Amino acid sequence: MKKSLLVVSLALGLAAIAVAQNGTVLLNAAGATFPYPIYSKWFDVYHNEHPNIQINYQSIGSGGGIRQLQAGTVDFGASDGPMTDEQLSQSKFKILHFPTVLGAVVPTYNIAGVSGELNFTQKALAGIYLGTITKWNDPEIAKANAGAKLPNEDIVVVHRSDGSGTSYIWTDFLAKVSEDWKKKVGNAATSVNWPVGLGGKGNEGVTGLVKQTPNAIGYIELIYAVQNNIPYGKVQNAAGNFVKADLAGVTAAASADAKNIPEDFRVSITNAPGPKVYPISSFTWLLIPAQIQDAAKREAIKDFLKWMLVEGQNYNEGLTYAQLPKEVIARETKAISLIQ
Amino acid sequence: MSAAATTIAHEVPPQAGPRAFLRRLRGGDEIAHLITLTFSALILLITSMLVYELWANSHLSRAKFGWMFFWTRVWDPNFDNFGAAPFIYGTLVTSAVALCLAVPLGLASAIFLSELAPRKVSDVISFLIDLLAAVPSVIYGLLGIFIVVPVMRTTIGPVLIHTLGNVPYIGALFHGPNYGVGFLTAGIVLAIMVVPFIISVSREVLLTVPREQREAALAMGATRWESTWKVVVPWARTGIMGSVFLALARALGETMAVTMVIGNAPTIAASLLSPGDTIASTIASQFTEATGDLYLSSLIELGLVLFLITFILNGLARILIVATGRGGGRPA
Repeated sequence: MKKSLLVVSLALGLAAIAVAQNGTVLLNAAGATFPYPIYSKWFDVYHNEHPNIQINYQSIGSGGGIRQLQAGTVDFGASDGPMTDEQLSQSKFKILHFPTVLGAVVPTYNIAGVSGELNFTQKALAGIYLGTITKWNDPEIAKANAGAKLPNEDIVVVHRSDGSGTSYIWTDFLAKVSEDWKKKVGNAATSVNWPVGLGGKGNEGVTGLVKQTPNAIGYIELIYAVQNNIPYGKVQNAAGNFVKADLAGVTAAASADAKNIPEDFRVSITNAPGPKVYPISSFTWLLIPAQIQDAAKREAIKDFLKWMLVEGQNYNEGLTYAQLPKEVIARETKAISLIQ
Repeated sequence: MSAAATTIAHEVPPQAGPRAFLRRLRGGDEIAHLITLTFSALILLITSMLVYELWANSHLSRAKFGWMFFWTRVWDPNFDNFGAAPFIYGTLVTSAVALCLAVPLGLASAIFLSELAPRKVSDVISFLIDLLAAVPSVIYGLLGIFIVVPVMRTTIGPVLIHTLGNVPYIGALFHGPNYGVGFLTAGIVLAIMVVPFIISVSREVLLTVPREQREAALAMGATRWESTWKVVVPWARTGIMGSVFLALARALGETMAVTMVIGNAPTIAASLLSPGDTIASTIASQFTEATGDLYLSSLIELGLVLFLITFILNGLARILIVATGRGGGRPA
């Protein structure tokens, strides 16, 4: 593994040298798949505006992004979950987190005879995914959906089979709202030991299983649901309101929690307080080394970050990502100076 | 391959001196020897490097779990507790189902194509079958999701539960909730995937059986079927088994098509309708997002386990071929 990584990095290095001769800066990055559509748009537009800087992004997954960054084979990484303290202490150099966009995860379901939007209490979602709520007409689901004709049928739970940022946000929410979940399944993770259910690969796999299987429930990214016109339910937030996910609600979640965001931006914003907040949402991060030896690369990365925080954010909503709240943008702009 | 190379080396007369060497070089023997030797050595080298990398990179997991890795039924990345048992079970069950369905189907088709069908028809059909063997597995996965899974859920699954499900002993294989995804569905999709291999290779092998063998059997008063089943098939037995083990290897290592239809739940259940998971599909699903060191190491150890399973099954295959080789058929 390490050897093959070395060979790959050597090849990439040679490629970089070849390009660098023309005065172009080639940056290699790798990581999260969830923000890939917006990242590739950004890198493309940025390259058109700055023809001498080219950013090559491989969406190999958050785990791979963190690993390649630690091994020094890429210039920066990207991850859907913040790096853990353990991972940071294992790294040979300091790594900074920069939130880029916000995403949300929504519950989707397929119940015969139920066409309207269902309301899900926090207890209901945790119970369904723990396997303690097994029927659709369970009082915990029924009490929040007075008008709906919920059948006396077994719930078929669907989750992601591949490790994913979507699962990270979903489990982060469940761990926050349910002590039982935290005890039995643990904290947020890209893949966990699911107590019940079937696994589908990717958003499309989960959607496919939910659509095909009567009485199924699954969770998918908001972007995927919006782009494919998949109906999804409302979720109860910390204030007790049932909120349907949309981009404004997701930005509201980040904004409401802005005061609590720590210096290093490693924060979870699921179940944030506020009446309009959609509770299952999260940042996704770029991982940047605090010290970059190559001056040209350092300036290129800093310039890109500034561009991303101002102009880049305008592209978000076209691709159904929520914009960063103003407070976070202001703080990130300050943090760019930490890169040396 | 290396055995052949050594034989050539022994046949070369023991002459010394550069002139003799040049003469042999001109003849081409020496060059052929060197090239084949290098290439066969390369294959050995690649295999051993593969095993070494898997072994070295799984040391964390091996040190922590030891032999328990094979028996543990939990796969929990959050609490760093990993066991391969459900995946080993899933891999063996899906491959067994696939072979149970694919071998009779493939062998019967191969016999029809080589023995009964007119040569032209046979050639056209085998051309099409060879095309099937080249279809990427993700296409078979899509076929599984859109066709096999719905049919399993609405028709085949309920029928199995209400018929075979009531038979003593076998009944345990067909009970419980029927989601449409699971061991049986994965086995069926794998069977569809590997059947072209069995047909294609078996047909070629059956065609190489000398005509005299058939004629001799017919002259002894055997019917056409008796000549085929008792003379031609046993003669080609080794090659047919080779095709079956090629198919098995593909079924064991399949990732995409399996992960799309198996349900991806690491369970050990007697029912073939239950969702499960296999080694290859788990590695493919989880490798990219595996962040913890022990997590990654355990995934690599899963790869090592798959290699071991393939190795053992191949070994058993060889023993089977040698053992059955004594009962007549083609002289070894």
